[in-house]
Amino acid sequence: MKIKLYKLAHSRAGDKGNTLTLSLIPYNDEDYALLCTQVTAESVKNHLRDIVSGEVTRYEMPNLPALQFVCQQALTGGVTTSLTMDPHGKTLSYALLEMEIES
Amino acid sequence: MKETIRIGCGAGFSGDRLEPAVILVQEGKLDYLVLECLAERTISLAQKRKRQDPTKGYDPLLERRIESLLPDLLANNVRLITNMGAANPLAAAEKICEIARRMNLSVTVAAVTGDDVFDQLTGNEQALETGKPLTDSAPLISANAYLGTDAILPALATSAQIIITGRVADPSLFVAPLAYEFGWSLDDVNQIGQGTVIGHLLECAGQLTGGYFADPDKKDLPDMAHLGHPFADISADGTAVFGKVAGTGGLLSVATAKEQLLYEVMDPSRYITPDVIADFTQVHLTQTAPNQVRATGGRGQVRPDTLKVSVGYEAGYIGEGELSYAGSNALGRAKLAGAIIQNRLQDRFPDLRIDYIGSVSVHRKTFGTYPDPYEIRLRVAGRAKTAEQAALVGEEVEALYTNGPAGGGGARKYIHEVVGIVSTLIPRTKLTPQFILRHA
Repeated sequence: MKIKLYKLAHSRAGDKGNTLTLSLIPYNDEDYALLCTQVTAESVKNHLRDIVSGEVTRYEMPNLPALQFVCQQALTGGVTTSLTMDPHGKTLSYALLEMEIES
Repeated sequence: MKETIRIGCGAGFSGDRLEPAVILVQEGKLDYLVLECLAERTISLAQKRKRQDPTKGYDPLLERRIESLLPDLLANNVRLITNMGAANPLAAAEKICEIARRMNLSVTVAAVTGDDVFDQLTGNEQALETGKPLTDSAPLISANAYLGTDAILPALATSAQIIITGRVADPSLFVAPLAYEFGWSLDDVNQIGQGTVIGHLLECAGQLTGGYFADPDKKDLPDMAHLGHPFADISADGTAVFGKVAGTGGLLSVATAKEQLLYEVMDPSRYITPDVIADFTQVHLTQTAPNQVRATGGRGQVRPDTLKVSVGYEAGYIGEGELSYAGSNALGRAKLAGAIIQNRLQDRFPDLRIDYIGSVSVHRKTFGTYPDPYEIRLRVAGRAKTAEQAALVGEEVEALYTNGPAGGGGARKYIHEVVGIVSTLIPRTKLTPQFILRHA
């Protein structure tokens, strides 16, 4: 059954220059394994393909547990020169949470 | 030596609320208050203000923050560490003394300087973002290196009740008092790594205590209108227990702490500051009581030989215009308006951006299918070399009143001067941080 990440996890976006960071934190620690299997760097890159033009790197944090995605060239130039409504990309955590996975 | 040091964070950005810091100082039993008020772009804007007036260039809210805090800081013996000096820490220290005299209070302020490296750059340095020389982004207007704990420590050894800095790495504002009070060696990379974890968790203030966390019915938290900002009780071994003042709003939980721990972090095993390359992968967060979280396990590797420099440059202007449509076919009429603007401006504004607020704007696309909303706001933005050219965007949108689709209303137009930011590295040996004392 398809399920939105929004149901399983929460996220906060951060920015460094033109790079977007997205945490992905399961509400229940037991769902961490499911997220590790299905929310890969490739699947996130594909989901955000219209937003992120550069590479997506995934970092695993089993100690929390949580995942961290670092998305290059995602903020249309960065906070000061971008023409977008949300130059920090702060709303993009909820773009990630729109992704659907098999549960 | 005290067994634990309590550090509060009363501001996480320049525009943060004023009263959480006051509550922390009045009721939080703090040893130190930190106010983190300096973002990448803020310092370049401050440099522009300093160029227009050499007595300015510090944080625009400095006066109001200091006026609201100073009596209680002094009465409760709380030392303040803040980067509100922005582009002009010395002028900030003098302004604080002026405020103290006006309030009939006595204070010593230390201004930490040395982060301004504009005169040391040739322009041939490589921009980290583009790999090209900085002068490709010319004209440059500012260059500020991220100073670390070693720049703040000498000021802490004085009698100054307030230490005011310019560009300093955010976690260093917290590592410095810990290293000073506990005598931590800056070479003890695991100790400084844990101190950096503490600083990183505290630095955004309310983002640790439930600010920027709530999502109704999924992530509920109480009384956000009176969100409390956090403090941490830190032991000499670096164990930190985070809390907030009883009776304040918000929530401090493992979940809020996880979001903040990962906020703006690239590789969590290599969080680079001027003090250490911190490793967050062994950090453990434990709920020890309601609104109380313990953090342990930060580690680190030896600090880099170079410091990051934020370089500001003049990037021209952005012009914007907005107009609303409501009721039946609001999106259709807004899209017709967008098409008209595109047709009229595309030759002069190659990067023209057209958003339909309420339908597609901040995510730049929709994920899935959503019904059209009742009302839509058209928003147009374009980049320009001059303010006059930028003004055309708003003028064209406003002209839709009598030349565009039916029922548009509420036109607004804006022009912004843009400061661009690129980063480069500078050998730390090139910097000579100092402090200057001022008394009132």
